[in-house]
Amino acid sequence: MTAPTTMLPRPFRVTRTSRDTQDTRTLDLEAVDGAPLTFAAGQFTMLHAFGVGEVPISISGDPGRPETLRHTIRNVGSVSRALAGASAGTVLGVRGPFGTGWQVRDGHGGDVVFVAGGIGLAPLRPAILEVCRARGDYGRVALLYGARTPEDILFGDDLRSWGADHDIDVEVTVDSGPHAWRGNVGLVTQLIDRAAFDAARTLALICGPEVMMRHSAVALGDRGVPRSRIRLSMERNMKCGVGLCGHCQLREYFLCLDGPVLAYDVLEPLMAQAEL
Amino acid sequence: MSPAQTIEQYLPSHPFFAGLDDEAIALVTGCAVNAHFRPGQHLFREGEPADTFFVVRSGRVAIQMRLPTQAAVLDTAREGDVVGWSWLVPPYRWTFDAVATEETSVVSIDGACLRGKCETDPALGYALLQRVVQVMSTRLHSARVRLLDLYGSRP
Repeated sequence: MTAPTTMLPRPFRVTRTSRDTQDTRTLDLEAVDGAPLTFAAGQFTMLHAFGVGEVPISISGDPGRPETLRHTIRNVGSVSRALAGASAGTVLGVRGPFGTGWQVRDGHGGDVVFVAGGIGLAPLRPAILEVCRARGDYGRVALLYGARTPEDILFGDDLRSWGADHDIDVEVTVDSGPHAWRGNVGLVTQLIDRAAFDAARTLALICGPEVMMRHSAVALGDRGVPRSRIRLSMERNMKCGVGLCGHCQLREYFLCLDGPVLAYDVLEPLMAQAEL
Repeated sequence: MSPAQTIEQYLPSHPFFAGLDDEAIALVTGCAVNAHFRPGQHLFREGEPADTFFVVRSGRVAIQMRLPTQAAVLDTAREGDVVGWSWLVPPYRWTFDAVATEETSVVSIDGACLRGKCETDPALGYALLQRVVQVMSTRLHSARVRLLDLYGSRP
């Protein structure tokens, strides 16, 4: 029997909005009933724009501050357009949180490599904040981030702070750069090849387009990171969020329930199958 | 890599030259000199004869194409990367510009000199071709994946 709270949207009010890039907005929300939404880094909610529809959106906020629910939303369709366009004071519906988390604490005592592509940095942000809060528990930490262009780079202030204040080796690359761009141009996998980490003691967390994740996982495996220590956040068409409807089924896995975060040793054979 | 290393010390430990025998390494180092480029200085320009290639010791190089109004950066190379393969492929002419975007030190290797040695020593030619093809393959893979414009669609 599904608990009613998982199927009935809770009302949350937008308290703050910010523009991250041309097509991406971040919303801060607070529960109308005042009860915080406790979540694990890597989980998502089903976010509901009343009268328009509902979509799964990963939480990009700080798990240590559950009183504020933060979502970073890219405008790619009618529902996400309505959500990204919500202004302060708008009430949205929230179901969840759902799914498995990154479990970044499994990286205690070793190195951690975050590999993000595009909007995929948003679901990783809570795990990065978790590492920042307990930085001394980890060895070397690298964030390797690929974006389409310099204008599409998310969380610029965070990237600077994570590097300067938290001893995280932040490397950013873009697919194409204008003449004035002085940073890296190329694939994020090329950053993996040169990043400093002890592969045997590394936990790697990857989020981005599936092709990018597959190539990144292979590159990390080639460096010697055990496949069981490489975790990916998968995206499929989540609907119910509780493993009933089957929309997000990946063979025997319901990604809303068993995922979205799964280890590469589980995913590798599934990712090799066309149209799965 | 220590900046104090000589070319003779640096090149044999570089992955690009790994596996070459002492004689081949001696041939390569005999064709190599250190060079330094200031930000904005060109390593080479599109259309010019391609008679060298470069191993980046420090700094960053943008591989770019001139457009009518400005230039587009297609790739960047950093410490340890090898820049340039046109020295080995007829008609031996650069197809892009390479510009230092920061203070950049390189080992500049005389490709025309090596081409001559490859003609007379097919084993050396094959060994170098294998290595250059690997650089080309990496850059081709990077270009192909980026053509998909993955970040432009939903992850």
